[in-house]
Amino acid sequence: MRWRRMGAIMLRQFYILRGSFSRVLPLFTWVGIDIVLWGFISRYLNSVATPGFNFVPRLLGAVLLWDFLSRVMQGVTMAFFEDVWSRNFLNVFATPITVGEYVAGLVAWSVLTSAIGLIVMMGVATVVFGLSFASYGWTLLPYLMILFLFGIALGIFASAAVLRLGPAAEWFVWPIPAVLSPFAGVFYPLATLPAWMRGIGRLIPASYVFEGMRGALSGRGASAMLLGWGLVLSIAYVLLASLFFSAVFRYAVRTGLMARYSAESVS
Amino acid sequence: MASQEKVLSVRDLRKLYGHTMAVDGISFDVGRHEIVGLLGPNGAGKTTAINMILGVLAANSGTVHIEGHDIRTERSRVLGCTNFAAVYAPLPGNLTVWQNLRFFGLLYGVPNLPQRIDQLLAQFDIEKFRHTKFGLLSSGEATRVMLAKALLNSPHLLLLDEPTASLDPATARDIRGQIRKFAAADCGAVLWTSHNMYEVEEVCNRVLFLSRGKILLEGDPKRLPHEHGKATLEELFIAIAREPLSLGQS
Repeated sequence: MRWRRMGAIMLRQFYILRGSFSRVLPLFTWVGIDIVLWGFISRYLNSVATPGFNFVPRLLGAVLLWDFLSRVMQGVTMAFFEDVWSRNFLNVFATPITVGEYVAGLVAWSVLTSAIGLIVMMGVATVVFGLSFASYGWTLLPYLMILFLFGIALGIFASAAVLRLGPAAEWFVWPIPAVLSPFAGVFYPLATLPAWMRGIGRLIPASYVFEGMRGALSGRGASAMLLGWGLVLSIAYVLLASLFFSAVFRYAVRTGLMARYSAESVS
Repeated sequence: MASQEKVLSVRDLRKLYGHTMAVDGISFDVGRHEIVGLLGPNGAGKTTAINMILGVLAANSGTVHIEGHDIRTERSRVLGCTNFAAVYAPLPGNLTVWQNLRFFGLLYGVPNLPQRIDQLLAQFDIEKFRHTKFGLLSSGEATRVMLAKALLNSPHLLLLDEPTASLDPATARDIRGQIRKFAAADCGAVLWTSHNMYEVEEVCNRVLFLSRGKILLEGDPKRLPHEHGKATLEELFIAIAREPLSLGQS
């Protein structure tokens, strides 16, 4: 791993971001709007529900964590799309950079951009809606780590899919968090779901985060085993997604897709 | 050959796309300080061959060695001493000239990068475009920037795929001069594709005629036409494009 080459991938993203208002704004706008919307919904529910039951940490906290996962995923895919949009694969992969260094650069850039979104969300949720992160206890950090790793895995997987299927497959990336959210039990316990959906939910690391979060808020405490499973699954998905990206890259080099990417397929 | 020392060595290289043999067992070398023209009609397999040498396309069989190292097993090392410019691979249009050169300079691990960039901006007379986005340049200016990028790492092997296509004659002459200077002064070798036979005759030490994926002829571009009963290199090119089999057997 050459850090300089990984840094070059990040520097390119920085140059693009610095000069583009339309790229800076989405880093925090949508997540900010989501927090404001769900913040008011939580406040309203507090006013009509049983006194003493606080929706803010349950609903708003869940939205914040889910948006964080989506931002991490998009951090990877948006950086990857810059090379798709500028038809830059030939230039980049004709240099000494390895696939690992390239993907690591995308991931490192996603760490920075998703951290910006997270800080904005935490700031709005705390200052405007009084969300206290202390209510989640020490488990907040492992929650964020699991969601971060799973977001990275989704981002790498989605990028590989676009590399394999062509630029038009971009549409496939955006709904991924929305498709997963019903199975992950973001707003309700997994027990609410039918058995087949619960089965899928157990394969999603984020579901362990939201189950754990609800446990901590109801005073049962977070299960270390649930967190452990979430962490193991998310690490496994990062490894699988990386292997998938490498396999797709080798396919693209073998078939000529890399050299003729704008054609979208080699047949 | 300008030098017996081989920079590029291609052996029995083949690429099959479905049922189409794009490159059919070609073998050739490019020596140090040598400029070799890879000629042939559209679809002859020139770009496929260049992509395989660059490692962005895997061959079905055969080998590519650059400075004695195999592209398949020592990809990073080999690509560190190689570079290319091609009309179909423009640099990102939303980065300035300087940002592009810095980005690619870091990828190639160029030492003293800021000084090297300044040197190339001056060499290609593009200093005034330093802070201009690549996408805003004219085709001539863009070509000069792509060549500056191609020389960033002082490559031992420079691959140029129609670098002067769509350039006006004066700019094209400047570019040819820069490439000749590179091949003569540095430790480099150049593999060049072009459809401009005048240019090829002026610049190349040797040419390879490719048709239907095979090398049909090889030799000095000044002597080759007469050896095959043609008045000019362009006539020879046309004959190969129209009747590759008869010329391949002559």
